[in-house]
Amino acid sequence: MPSDSTASVQPQPAPLSRGRTLVRLGGIGVVLLCAVGVFLYLGGWFSPNALTPGRFVNAFERADGVFSGFRRNHAKGVGVSGYFESNGQGARLSKAVVFRAGRVPVIGRFSFGGGDPHVADAPNMVRGLGLLFWLPDGEQWRTAMVNLPVFPFQTPQDFYDNLVASQPDPKTGKPDPEKMAAFAASHPATVRAISMIQSHAPSSGFDNTAFNSLNAFRFIDAAGMSIPVRWSLVPVEPVVALTTTGTPPTDKSYMFDAVIASILQHPLQWHLIITVGRPEDPTNDATMAWPDGREQVDVGTLTLDHIESEETSPARDINFDPLVLPSGMAPSDDPLLSARSAIYSQSFTRRAGEAKTPSAISGAEVGK
Amino acid sequence: MDKAGEQRQFTVLMRILHWLMAAMVLTMLAIGVAMVASLGDYHRLVSIHRPLGIAILIVVVIRFVIRQLSTLPPFPASMSSRERFIAHASEVLLYTLLFVLPLIGWGMLSAARFPIVLYGPLHLPPILPHSVMLYAFLRRTHTVLAYLLFLAFIAHFGAILFHTLVVRDGLFSRMAPWRVDAR
Repeated sequence: MPSDSTASVQPQPAPLSRGRTLVRLGGIGVVLLCAVGVFLYLGGWFSPNALTPGRFVNAFERADGVFSGFRRNHAKGVGVSGYFESNGQGARLSKAVVFRAGRVPVIGRFSFGGGDPHVADAPNMVRGLGLLFWLPDGEQWRTAMVNLPVFPFQTPQDFYDNLVASQPDPKTGKPDPEKMAAFAASHPATVRAISMIQSHAPSSGFDNTAFNSLNAFRFIDAAGMSIPVRWSLVPVEPVVALTTTGTPPTDKSYMFDAVIASILQHPLQWHLIITVGRPEDPTNDATMAWPDGREQVDVGTLTLDHIESEETSPARDINFDPLVLPSGMAPSDDPLLSARSAIYSQSFTRRAGEAKTPSAISGAEVGK
Repeated sequence: MDKAGEQRQFTVLMRILHWLMAAMVLTMLAIGVAMVASLGDYHRLVSIHRPLGIAILIVVVIRFVIRQLSTLPPFPASMSSRERFIAHASEVLLYTLLFVLPLIGWGMLSAARFPIVLYGPLHLPPILPHSVMLYAFLRRTHTVLAYLLFLAFIAHFGAILFHTLVVRDGLFSRMAPWRVDAR
């Protein structure tokens, strides 16, 4: 046996002096504190002002209040279900199973933007449609779409700063115009996007609304080629412009009531249109529309034939996380996407553990 | 070869598994604590966290089985029976956490009906029914146990530093990545 490496296994080395013992104990303490420090640093404990999913959701809660069991944004909604019938045209763009010719079940949720689940319906509020496509073999595709043509903010920080700037002043009950003006002055992309949003008049109801992916994504085909895409749901129902004449409806949920009545009469349908971007089209800026004339492919039809209150719909308990994507789809470099995923998850985790309070669109409302 | 009675180190295979898991688990703890505070890197980190967690679950099961089949080196004579009991209990705690944490992660994603994506189309089936209340409970438990795992790691690391630098009883040589010959 070699004897030079056995010193470390000698059971009884010469005792350490008291001083050297203390120095070594101190050294161990420093090493352990450093390890704890690195862990806390990674967890953001030393950057109390950095934007985190938790702080973002806190801003939603400050803006609209906390309603037990409800989403912190897009709180008012109703569950739907149906199916997506792919025509096979999307298969050359993406290898995702959803684009092979055939039918997959879908559940979804119509909603209004904002954190108040009892807000009165208004046509100018943001309309949302979250969808979950159940693909064969357990894959899923989730998408959370809105009726805006572009998104007003380039980055999560812009969105957050706007939430803070538009916070109602406790004295006046209205946002501070100076803060709003300061935000607008420093965010020209938002001003540009809002003017584009305002140039698109909303349609009369959910049933004839077009919904957009807003963010760019990437499709990957069977050969591994990746292309930038955006998608839209274009209603089969004729688009009827909003009428602003006549007496305004008194029912707080008249737009939800209308889509309920509509689906109870006949299924509603949308074409899923994939817009294929060119390499020069920006994929990291949701405030910018892509130029006209990009290739558009109608890849199939979404049919929603069932509508029910959140009290019974499985959609209530689904987080329509836009980054739950099947193989063949991937996020783009848009910084909003990862942030949306993180913030939706935070909102979902908070509401999941809360007592569920009745939705404004009750089961009776859907049945009537 | 040493005779069984003189074995001072864990077997080569057990030492490889120990250091492999040390790297995986420290990476996992760092990713876990960073991703919940992150916006821009959240998706990238979650996409590593999920398959790495399942990999840890697989390795800990393999390691446990191999441990049952292996002869373990004795504790140094300097350790009192109380110290041995504490060392043994901390090993039980570490094994339990390394087994339970990935299972809870899998379970909580199941209860939220998230797909448990490993890579590309490769994913695991759900192991629990769709229940957001169950998800919320498991999600909280996942965090609490992850912090407990980090504290257990700190205690484990501190204990080995203490034995190596102060007691100097050669405890570390049992798991040293290199070969340490017996007397």
